[in-house]
Amino acid sequence: MLNRQELTDIISGFVPEAEFPEGKQLLEVIVPAEKLFSLVENLKSDKRTAFNYLINHTAVDFTTHFTVVYHLESTDFRHLVVLKSLIADRENPNIDSLTALYPTAEYFEREVFDLFGIRFNNHPNLKRFFLEDDYGYPLRKDFRDEVNIIER
Amino acid sequence: MSEEIIKDVIIGENEDYIINMGPQHPSTHGVLRFEVCLKGETVKYLIPHIGYIHRGIEKMCEANTYPQIIHLTDRMDYLSAHMNNEAVCLLVEDALQVEVPERVKYIRTILDELNRIASHQLWWCAFGMDLGALTSFFYGLRDREHILDIFEESFGSRLLHSFVMPGGLMHDVHPNFQKRIKEFITYFRKKLPEYDQLLTGNVIFQNRVKGIGHMSKETAIGYGVTGPSGRGSDYSCDIRKIAPYGAYDKVQFNEILETGCDTWARYKVRMAEMWESLSILEQLVDNIPEGDYTAKMKPIIKLPAGEYFQRVETARGELAVYAVSDGNKSPLRMRFRTPNFSNLFVMNEITAGHKIADLIAISGSLDLVIPDIDR
Repeated sequence: MLNRQELTDIISGFVPEAEFPEGKQLLEVIVPAEKLFSLVENLKSDKRTAFNYLINHTAVDFTTHFTVVYHLESTDFRHLVVLKSLIADRENPNIDSLTALYPTAEYFEREVFDLFGIRFNNHPNLKRFFLEDDYGYPLRKDFRDEVNIIER
Repeated sequence: MSEEIIKDVIIGENEDYIINMGPQHPSTHGVLRFEVCLKGETVKYLIPHIGYIHRGIEKMCEANTYPQIIHLTDRMDYLSAHMNNEAVCLLVEDALQVEVPERVKYIRTILDELNRIASHQLWWCAFGMDLGALTSFFYGLRDREHILDIFEESFGSRLLHSFVMPGGLMHDVHPNFQKRIKEFITYFRKKLPEYDQLLTGNVIFQNRVKGIGHMSKETAIGYGVTGPSGRGSDYSCDIRKIAPYGAYDKVQFNEILETGCDTWARYKVRMAEMWESLSILEQLVDNIPEGDYTAKMKPIIKLPAGEYFQRVETARGELAVYAVSDGNKSPLRMRFRTPNFSNLFVMNEITAGHKIADLIAISGSLDLVIPDIDR
């Protein structure tokens, strides 16, 4: 199991632009969206880190930008890292898909696409999951549904 | 010449034959549809279609306070209701740096294990019934009733109790609580061998479950299959061991691992987990410390701005809660990584090439609860 400092050193070796916010519950890394796929690929294949388990993937709408969040764990060493990418473009948000690395990412990403409208490049089957094609993206903060959601 | 004629007679031999299983098929235990592509009786591929019971719990959380959110989490995996509640409570307590009394930790852990046994009992009886053994259904429900009676006496509800609150419990447990649990342990220790006699040792049953639904350890990790389904593939994924919460660091228990990787291995893991849960209960039930049933909490709970992550082990696998707070009384974003969502999508991988009758056994061995998939 690697500690925070060792993980920080390895990750900044792969992506020098990575930022490490202080005072968080878990080790967090903010990487540029275009560097995310190559970083995860390296973290998964590197023998020291071996992040082979994608626990959770989701997005958060901060109204100014979207943050895409990945929780990764190594089942051999049990260390954990949180990767984040900021997407400022609200009209056509997109980021690379991780389906090639983790099969479970395909379904997490479909859910994020369904609820946030973030498109994943190179995704094999990017279709709506729960909702109809013309429904809108309900987890965006500017989503309004006058019929079903009562504003307080 | 004659061979050629027979070839011509088989109409549509090279076409896919698609059959929809569900959304009201009894073996899916809820509203789930499998689009199954068949070649004769053999499954070529399978596409799960979900969303029939999508209620938007994550969106509802954004308009509710944390104590209210607890009541929504019940409705995800209704058979692990207590563990779902506890996940949100642990997250809030961790964020506010609240130290809960020892008594609360013990009672919560006891409830975890009671709920786990109740859930595995229901799985066992439904699994037997899926494969045609109707008697198992009556045996399982008969014994589950004893646990539900303990719940009813203490919390007033049998299935969705929402008994834990941030900081502790809603009220203290009933005076009979310990006595009833001890009675249940003695009772169930006698009854559990009957399960083995009825189903585990049955040759017809064994022939139906052995060697089907092979899921390698790499597949399990790649698809994020956790819980008993993952442990049947020798994948050590028990959050109770990895990141202990409650009183799990004070008890001795083994993580059950099987190397068979098939439906039979997943069956054996759950049967062994019931014994293990009984042993955890025995270690805890006599040692519940005296004390308050809740820590002092403010009437309005506001989490400091930031991000929080909490994992618990439900009866079906790893539940992770991820919350983003902006300092208000309701979260900016609440995300539930539910075990069944990940467990479901491995179905295509492990059913391809099997007969359609085996599909029922394989989906039964994953123990899916559909509202937990859709949320």
